[in-house]
Amino acid sequence: MQAKKSGRIQPTGGRDSMKLAYWMYAGPAHIGTLRIASSFKNVHAIMHAPLGDDYFNVMRSMLERERDFTPVTASVVDRNVLARGSQEKVVDNITRKDREESPDLIVLTPTCTSSILQEDLQNFVDRAQLDARGDVLLADVNHYRVNELQAGDRTLQQIVQFYLEKARKKGDLPTEKTAKPSVNIIGISTLGFHNQHDCTELKRLMSDLGIEVNEVIPEGASVHNLKNLPQAWFNLVPYRELGLMTAQYLEQEFGMPCVDITPMGVVETARCIRKIQQLLNAQGAGVDYEEYIDHQTRHVSQAAWFSRSIDCQNLTGKKAVVFGDNTHAAAMTKILAREMGIHVVLAGTYCKYDADWFKAQVSEYCDEVLISDDNGAIGDAIARLEPAAIFGTQMERHIGKRLNIPCGVIAAPIHIQNFPIGYRPFLGYEGTNQVADLVYNSFTLGMEDHLLEIFGGHDTKEVITKGMSADSDLNWTKEAQATLNQVPGFVRGKVKRNTEKFARERGLSEISLEVFYAAKEAVGA
Amino acid sequence: MTVAQEPTGLNFDCETGNYHTFCPISCVAWLYQKIEDSFFLVIGTKTCGYFLQNAMGVMIFAEPRYAMAELEEGDISAQLNDYEELKRLCLQIKRDRNPSVIVWIGTCTTEIIKMDLEGLAPKLEAEIGIPIVTARANGLDYAFTQGEDTVLAAMAHRCPSKVTSEAEKEERNAIQKLLTFGRKAEETAPTSEPKHPPLVLFGSLPDPVVTNLTLELKKQGVEVSGWLPAKRYTELPVIEEGYYVAGVNPFLSRTATTLMRRRKCKLIGAPFPIGPDGTRAWIEKICSVFGIEPQGLAEREAKIWESLEDYLQLIRGKSVFFMGDNLLEISLARFLIRCGMTVPEIGIPYMDKRYQAAELALLEKTCQEMGVSTPNIVEKPDNYNQLQRIKAIQPDLVITGMAHANPLEARGINTKWSVEFTFAQIHGFSNARDILELVTRPLRRNNSLKDLGWEKLVQEEATV
Repeated sequence: MQAKKSGRIQPTGGRDSMKLAYWMYAGPAHIGTLRIASSFKNVHAIMHAPLGDDYFNVMRSMLERERDFTPVTASVVDRNVLARGSQEKVVDNITRKDREESPDLIVLTPTCTSSILQEDLQNFVDRAQLDARGDVLLADVNHYRVNELQAGDRTLQQIVQFYLEKARKKGDLPTEKTAKPSVNIIGISTLGFHNQHDCTELKRLMSDLGIEVNEVIPEGASVHNLKNLPQAWFNLVPYRELGLMTAQYLEQEFGMPCVDITPMGVVETARCIRKIQQLLNAQGAGVDYEEYIDHQTRHVSQAAWFSRSIDCQNLTGKKAVVFGDNTHAAAMTKILAREMGIHVVLAGTYCKYDADWFKAQVSEYCDEVLISDDNGAIGDAIARLEPAAIFGTQMERHIGKRLNIPCGVIAAPIHIQNFPIGYRPFLGYEGTNQVADLVYNSFTLGMEDHLLEIFGGHDTKEVITKGMSADSDLNWTKEAQATLNQVPGFVRGKVKRNTEKFARERGLSEISLEVFYAAKEAVGA
Repeated sequence: MTVAQEPTGLNFDCETGNYHTFCPISCVAWLYQKIEDSFFLVIGTKTCGYFLQNAMGVMIFAEPRYAMAELEEGDISAQLNDYEELKRLCLQIKRDRNPSVIVWIGTCTTEIIKMDLEGLAPKLEAEIGIPIVTARANGLDYAFTQGEDTVLAAMAHRCPSKVTSEAEKEERNAIQKLLTFGRKAEETAPTSEPKHPPLVLFGSLPDPVVTNLTLELKKQGVEVSGWLPAKRYTELPVIEEGYYVAGVNPFLSRTATTLMRRRKCKLIGAPFPIGPDGTRAWIEKICSVFGIEPQGLAEREAKIWESLEDYLQLIRGKSVFFMGDNLLEISLARFLIRCGMTVPEIGIPYMDKRYQAAELALLEKTCQEMGVSTPNIVEKPDNYNQLQRIKAIQPDLVITGMAHANPLEARGINTKWSVEFTFAQIHGFSNARDILELVTRPLRRNNSLKDLGWEKLVQEEATV
C-alpha cells in the first residue's frame, strides 16, 4: 500500500498530454458505469472517491427529476483513508449497504482516484463477497482509457454476462424461445437522451408489430430476470453507443440475432422494421409488415407529409451542420438529406472511438465529415460554413447563439431540457413527427430572427421607452446607479420603480446608496 | 486574542460518514465572476471537468476566464514534464486572454500524484510574466465552499505589504511631520482619516453586498481599508502587520489563520453578518475592538425584525433540519432559531470550533433566549443515517444538497437547496428578507397546493 501511494502509476503506453479543455461531449468512465448500475432496479453502486465525486446523484436527481434516492454511495476517500489504506473502508461500505438495503447486486465503480492509487479493487470485492448476501461485482473499466459511453456499454455487458453465467452454472437458464415473437430492447438507461420517451415509443411499435417485449435493459430491469434474455427471438439495440457489446455477447453465446438499425426518421424506421421482419421470418414467423410501414408512413406519421408540404419545400437546399453522438448525428444527417432535401454541409461525431462506422453511414449524405471532440474545432467549422441551421448538442446551441444561427438539440450531453414533461421521443413514428417539428422550428426561428432584425422588432414602442425614463424627477447618484445596474436585468425595472416610489414618499430628490438600501429594507425592492 | 472561548453547552458529534457535498473546485463558479481580471485553471481529470460542466453548469458561460487542464494518462504516469506542459497551457491562456492573474486550482489528482504546483508556480510566473496563485481545492481535504478558503488563503500571501507606497507616503508627509514635532499621527490626521487601525474584510461577496456592509460599518465610523478578494486582482488590499481583519463567511478558517500567522494580522472573531441578529453582533464586535460605541443598532435590528413579520408568521414553531453542505449551517440555524424555528440537527462538513467560536456562542445564547433545545451538531454526517433520522423526526423543512431534495419532496418532506444560500445575497441587514424568502418558499408553495392531496408522490412505502 505504502509504496503505491507515493508514486504515480506505471507507464502504460498512453502518451496523451495535458490539454486545455472547456467542454466535454462525453463524461468520464464512472458516469457510464453508474448510469447502468442505477438504471437497474435494486442495484447499488459504491464509488471509491473523494468528497464531491458522487455528483452523479445530483445529475440524476436534478436533471431527470428522479423521485427516488439515487442508489449510489461514495465511500469517501480523505487524508485518513489515504494514510491508512482504503480496503477496510470500502469493504465495510459494501457490506453495510448490503445489510441496509439488501440490493441484489452491488457494483464497485472505479474512479480516477482509485485508478491512480492503483488499488486492487477486485480484492476488495472478493473480501466483501464473503459477507454480503447479495452479489458484488467490480466494474471492469479503465478510467483513463474509456469514456462514459464505452464504460456504460461494457458495464451492461459485464452484468448481463455475470448473471447468465451464474444461471447457467446453476442449471437455471431457460433457452427455449417464447411462443410468440419477442424482443429484448437493449440500451435504455437513466440520464440517456430522451431514452424514456423513446422506450415508450419502441414498446408501442413492437406492440403494433405483434412482438412481445421480453426484457428492457437496463432501465427498470431486475438482475434476476436477465437469465430470461435468451428467450427472446431477437435483440433490438436502438442506440449504437449503448448495448452493442451486450448484443454481440448474446449473439456469440446464444446465437441471438440483433437489429442495430436506429429507427429514427421515416426511412430508417422502415428499414429497421424490415430487418425485424427478415429475422422473424428466418425463425419461421411469417410476418409481413409492408402494409403497416406504408400506412404509418403515408397516413399516420405527419413527417412524410411534411416532406411533401410547401413548408418543407422552402427548406430545399438550405445549409445545415449536424453534430452529435454517432446514433443521432448519423440519423439526423440522413433525415435532413434524404427526407427533407436539406443540404448537409458537415456531419460530425464526437464518438472518435467509432469513427469508421460514422463515416460509412453519412459520407454519401454530406459534403464534409468531422470526427472530433474539440468544441473549438466544431465552432470554427460552423463559423466557416455559415449554415442556416445547426443540429447538435448543447455546445453547438451555444455556438449558434454566438453566431446567431438557430440550433436544434439532437444529442447528449444531456441537459434538463432533454427531460421534458411532455412526450418527446426521437425514435419510431411519433419520433419522426417530433424531429420534423424540431427541423421546421429551427429554420423558421432563424428566419424570424432575420425579419426582426430588418424591421427592428415587433414592439417598436418598447424600444423607445427602454432605459432611464425621461420624466423621472429623481436623481440617482453614480454609486446608486452602478449598484442598480448590478441588479439582474429582469427585476431591475421593478427595483428602480420601488426605490423611486420610496424616495418620493419621503420627499427625497436624490437616490444615494443609503436610500437604495433603505428602500430595499423597507419595501423589499 | 479576540477569539472567543469555545462554547461548552453545545453537543458535537462526528459521524465521519458517507455524505455528499459539491467538490471544492466549484468555487471557480463564483470566484471567476468576482475577480474580474482572473483566469482559473483547474488542473484535474475528466471527472472534475464533467462536474463543473454538468452539475455546476459553469463551463459554457465561464469559458473566457476558466478552463480545465485535463490530465491524461501521460501526465499521471509522469512520462511528461509537468512544468513544460503547464507552461504550454499558461502561454496559451496568456495569448488568448491575457489575465492579470492565473489561479491554479489543484485537485485530488494533483494531490495524489504529488504534482508540485507550489514549486512550479513561482518559476513559471517569472518566465511568463503573469502572477500564478496556487490553491489546493481538493476533495481529500476540503468540502464545497472551503474551495474559496483555499483560494483566498493563497491570495492573502499576494496582498501588497505597502512597502513602496509607504515610502511615498512618508515622502509626502515629510513637511507635516516636521511641523508636528513627532506628535502622534492620530492627533494630526485629517478628520476623514479613520480613527482606528486599518481593517480588512475577507470573503467573496457580490459587489452590492460588499458596498452594503462597507456602508453599515461606515455609519458607525469604521472605515474598511479593503476587501479580500477585491473586484480585480490588481486591487488586492494592502495588508501590513498589525492590521485588523474580519471574515464575513464561516468557511474561511484557513484564510483567517494565514492572515494571522503569515501576515501578522489581528483577527476579529465575531458571529457572521447573516440575519439581523448576526449582522448586529458582527458590527458590534468590530466596533468594540476599535473602542467605538455603536449607534442605533438595536433600533436598526428591531426595525428589520418588524419588516420580517409576515414571513416569521409562516415559520414560527416549525422545525428545520440541516443535512450539511456549505458550512453556512451554524449561522443560518442561529438566525432561524431567532426567527422562532427549532433545529434538531445541524449537519456540517467541517467544524472549526475556534474560527466559528463567536458564532457558536451566539447560537447557544440564542437557543437559551428563545427557550429551545440546542441542536445536535454533526460533523461529516452520514447521509443514510440522516435520512433515517429525518424519517423519524419528520421536520417541517430540510435544508439539503441537490442530490436529496427531489426524493425527499416526493416523500412529502419540504426541502430547500442549501446551495441557494451559497449563491443568494444573504449577508447584512437588508438581505435578511431574502433568506426568509428562500426558507419560506417551500412552505408557501405547499400552502397554495395543500388542498390537492398530492403530498406523497412515490408508490411504495418510502424507504427513506
